This record gives sequence, structure tokens and C-alpha cells, in this order.
Amino acid sequence: MPILTLKDVRFRWPGRRGFSLSIPGFDMAAGETILLLGESGSGKSTLLSLVCGTIAADAGMVRVAGTDLATLSGRHRDRLRAERIGVIFQQFNLLPFGTVADNILLPLRFAPDRKRRATDARDTAGSLCRALGLPDGVMAAKAATLSVGQQQRVAVARALIGQPPLIVADEPTSALDAGSQAAFLDLMFAQVAAAGTSLLMVSHDPRLGERFDRVVRIEDIATVERPAV
Amino acid sequence: MILRLAIASLGARALTVAMTILAIALSVALFLGVEKVRTGAKASFADTISGTDLIVGARSGSVQLLLYSVFRIGNATNNVTWDSYLDIASQPQVDWIVPISLGDSHRQFRVMGTTTAFFDRYRYRQDRALQMSDGVVMDDLFDTVIGADVAATLGYAVGDPIVVAHGLASFTEHADQPFRISGILAKTGTPVDRTVVVSLEAIEAIHVDWQGGAQIPGRATPPDTIRAMDLQPSAITAALIGVQSPLQTFALQRAINEYPEEPLLAVLPGVALQELWAIVGIAETALLGVSAMVVVTALIGMMATIFSSLNERRREMAIFRAMGARPATILGLLVLEAMLMAAIGATLGMALLYIGLLILQPVLDGAFGLWLPIEAPTMREVWTMVGVVGAGALVSLVPAIRAYRLSLADGMTVKT
Repeated sequence: MPILTLKDVRFRWPGRRGFSLSIPGFDMAAGETILLLGESGSGKSTLLSLVCGTIAADAGMVRVAGTDLATLSGRHRDRLRAERIGVIFQQFNLLPFGTVADNILLPLRFAPDRKRRATDARDTAGSLCRALGLPDGVMAAKAATLSVGQQQRVAVARALIGQPPLIVADEPTSALDAGSQAAFLDLMFAQVAAAGTSLLMVSHDPRLGERFDRVVRIEDIATVERPAV
Repeated sequence: MILRLAIASLGARALTVAMTILAIALSVALFLGVEKVRTGAKASFADTISGTDLIVGARSGSVQLLLYSVFRIGNATNNVTWDSYLDIASQPQVDWIVPISLGDSHRQFRVMGTTTAFFDRYRYRQDRALQMSDGVVMDDLFDTVIGADVAATLGYAVGDPIVVAHGLASFTEHADQPFRISGILAKTGTPVDRTVVVSLEAIEAIHVDWQGGAQIPGRATPPDTIRAMDLQPSAITAALIGVQSPLQTFALQRAINEYPEEPLLAVLPGVALQELWAIVGIAETALLGVSAMVVVTALIGMMATIFSSLNERRREMAIFRAMGARPATILGLLVLEAMLMAAIGATLGMALLYIGLLILQPVLDGAFGLWLPIEAPTMREVWTMVGVVGAGALVSLVPAIRAYRLSLADGMTVKT
């Protein structure tokens, strides 16, 4: 069963007249890693928001882990996201005033099932930190004291905790320099593989493509209409 | 965990949050303080005179009678003749009666002529009797007992001579008959503190050589001659009465008010005090209203602070949303934050109030005779604090609903 299916999806931003996105069809198999390539303004972020259910499609089907988001109310979409999807942003992933542990455990607060799967969540978070090459004792550190690269790794740990079936990553390496990018991707891929999770990563950098099962150009799956400026 | 994060989030904005909390604390302390002073003043006021069942004076208004007989404010429009006084004193309902004769002053303080029964009968703060802090009750014709404020202000001690001026704010002094201070009263917080007490006869004695407000030229009766004279007054200003049984109070009051020989007025001190408070109390209520507005202002200040923080915190909200938090959780988080600030502010305000009370209590008692008890918060004060927290939650709904809308519209796409 595919982890993610989009079919005849159409979305128009309210207020921003004319900007609309339509996706005739897109499938992602469970355990698959996909790099979604696109320039800024190509609709990547809108696509991710649709997948995560923070915005609802005007028409069509967005199915995540077997559930069609269109059939769910807002609060159930939020719950589904908490349970099924780990999210990694480009940067500023963490609540700066919380500790690393607070940040990693935060999604579990909204996802009881995922919390059960994580069993001893604090231990699990600790071993994820170690596996991602974060220094000992990092769990108790304030997130704001970490370097950008460390923060991104904490974000990976947070996305992976409780083993959600899908990780959505929005340009997670763009804030890192080239050397750190490779190290970061190595660590992330190792953990994603270990968890058997699917990874949908968005980037504008085609050089990252070789690590992924599949590289998809956004213009091949989606049409964006924007008003003439 | 959410609560801990909310506190941590507040901690991350410590400076603005501290300012907001300080504003709330000060406003709450002000409000509770005004309320404290208000109830304290009302209690002090009602405690000015007790144990007296009726106050009798020439017919005027009840508030006026109370003002000049008890508070030594203003003047009697007329006197009560000695005959009427004796007549009332002989009524069967009367247990005791204390005459009061006013009209002279010493420096800025009123002189009151009365009998020694005044020291036994006058009661304040429920059933407290006057106490001597030094010396004894007057014994000689030219003895005087002074109130605590008089002694403190003018630096008098027992044995000092003082000269009484004729009339009020007058420069004509009864220099020919100096008085000797025989005793100083302990502080009471009532107008007695600001009174120079002499015997009823002494008031007559100092006026022996006077006629129509001026000294008769060339006449100076020696004190020994005065002592030998009949110094029974022809009139007094007012009298305090205690009745045999409280049930007789109204009958006696009616009898005095309908006294055929002379227009008199008898008032119940408690009723007259309430009438007077109704007038004075308006200012206090206005003060309370103003301090309530200060609390509202502080809460609106908090609302503004939350509003201005929303933009820099869109990222924080996007993170919460991405982790699966519902927009309602974001709303709840902001309201929780506001309630925390309001609760800390209100508690701090209460603490400030107690610190202020500890420092100011003796000062206020000494300067104004205003006794503010330091006691556990009253139900009313607790409800005030709950009200502040509730009002804080209410005003925070405005920015919280905006955050709710923003988090719905932004989804996870905020890039900062």
C-alpha cells in the first residue's frame, strides 16, 4: 500500500488570488525515499502543507497512510499529522527556549499512539541523539545553544521518534555548508533506513539526488498558475 | 510539558514579561491598597465613638452635631442651656451624661471643657477606654489633659504651662490664666488626640474677665479670686448620653427632640456616622474606581505585549502546528501565558501590599489615626485576584484569536 497518494488535487490560496496548484497524480510507496526538486515558488511548500494537512485541498484526494485527509476534520488532520508524519524544516526547527529533550518529545505530546510506540521516550530520544552524532548530555541543553547543524540533527531525532511512517523534510540541508550537508544526509539516511520510514524531501539542489530511490521534478507532477505581476 | 514550555517561553522574553508583570503587580497592589485604606478608614471612622447612645446639642443637622461634638470640625450654631442640661440629666432613662463645652483653642487644637466622667465614658474602637500615657486626669481648676497629637506636635510634657486662646484661630490669648498639663492621653486614632481637655469650670474661669469676645480693659481677676467664684456654666455645647437600657434610646431621643423649653437635637452616633460616611464615602468609591481603571490599563498593556510578540513568535507557532498541535492549542497556549502573567502579577501585587502595609502601618496610624490591620487576605481580596486572572484571560483572547487565525493561515510555511 502506498504511504502517500495524491489524485486530482486542486488548491487555491485564499487571498492570494490566482495562485493555485493542481496535482493530477502522485504516489509514494511505503519505505521509499523521494527527492522533490523545485525552485522557490514552484509550489513545494504548498504541496508539503497539503500532505501534512495544515491546509485542505479544494478538490481531489490526499491519502496519507491509508487515510484520505478530505474525509477528516481539521482536528483529526492535526492528530493524523502528529501520529504519522515527522516534519523537518529548513531551519529554526526547534523551540529555542526548550531543552533538546523538550523539543524531541514535543510531537509525542500530541500523538498518544506514537508515544506508546516510543516506549521509554526519553531513552529512545537519547539513543537517537547518540546515533545522530550529537554530543553526550545534549538532551538537557537549551536548543538555542546548539549550532545550526546540531539543531538540524535534533530535528531529525524529533521527526523519527515513535517511528512515524512518513518523514517530510523541507530543504533540511540548505542552511548547512557543503561538508556538513553530506554528513547530515549520511546520518539522516542511516536512521531513516533503520526505522524503515518513507522520506519525502524537498530541495532545489539536484546534486543530492543520487542518495534517493527516486527524484521527482515538481513541474512534472504539478501545475502552478500564478497571476501575471 | 505544555505548561513548562509556556513558562520557558515567557522566560525567553524575560524583560518584557517582567515589565508586564510589574505593571500588573503595581496596579493590583494599588487597587488592594485603596480597598484596604477604604475599609480601614471606614472602620476607623465608625470606631471614632462607641458606648455613647445619644449625642445632644442645639437643633441643627445630625451630621453637623456629630462633626462639632465628636470630630471637632465646624462650630455649634447654638448652645444648650445649663437648665436644659440638668433637666435631661435628671431623666430616668439617663444612665450617665457628659457635658462638652467647645469654643476655645490652643494653637491649632480645640479646647474642650468637660467633666472627668468623659475619661470614663468615652469609648472608641468597640469598647476601648481612654488611657493616660503620662500623668493623671486633671485635678485642679487650671489643670489640663492633652491628646497624644497635641503633645507630640507641640512637644509638651506633663507639668508644662499652656495658654488657651479665645475662640478659634484667634490671637487673643487668655494669658492671664495659664494652665498646667496634668496628663497626656495615649494615642487613640480619634479626634481626642487633637484635643486639649479642661474642666467645664475652667472654661468659665478663663472667661471671667471677658465680655463679648474681648477682655474687659484693666480687669485681671487673680486666680485665687476665680477659684472662690461660682463657676457653674450657663450653657454647654453638647452632651454625650448613655441610657439605662438600649430599649429606651428612642424614647429618650424623641423626648429630647420634642423638648418644649429649647430646640434641641439628639442623634444616635452610629446613624449620624453612617450619614456622614455616605458623604465622605463617595470620594473613596471614586478612588476605588480609578484604581480599578489602573488594573484594566495594566491588563491592556499585557494584551499589547502579547500582540507585539505574535509576529516574532509565528515560527514558534508553526513548530507547534507541525508537531500536530491544533490551532485551539495555540490559542490555549497564549491564554495560559496571559493567565500565568496575570497570576504572578496579582500574587506579586498582594506581596507588595503586605510589604507596604508593614512599612506604612505605624506611619498611617501615627499620622492619620488610620489603623490598617495586617491579616490574611479576605475573601474579597482573593476574589479580586481571581478576577484579575480571569480578566487577563479575557483580554488575551484578542491576540490569541489572532494567533489562532494566523496559525490556520500560515500552516507550516512561515519562513523567518
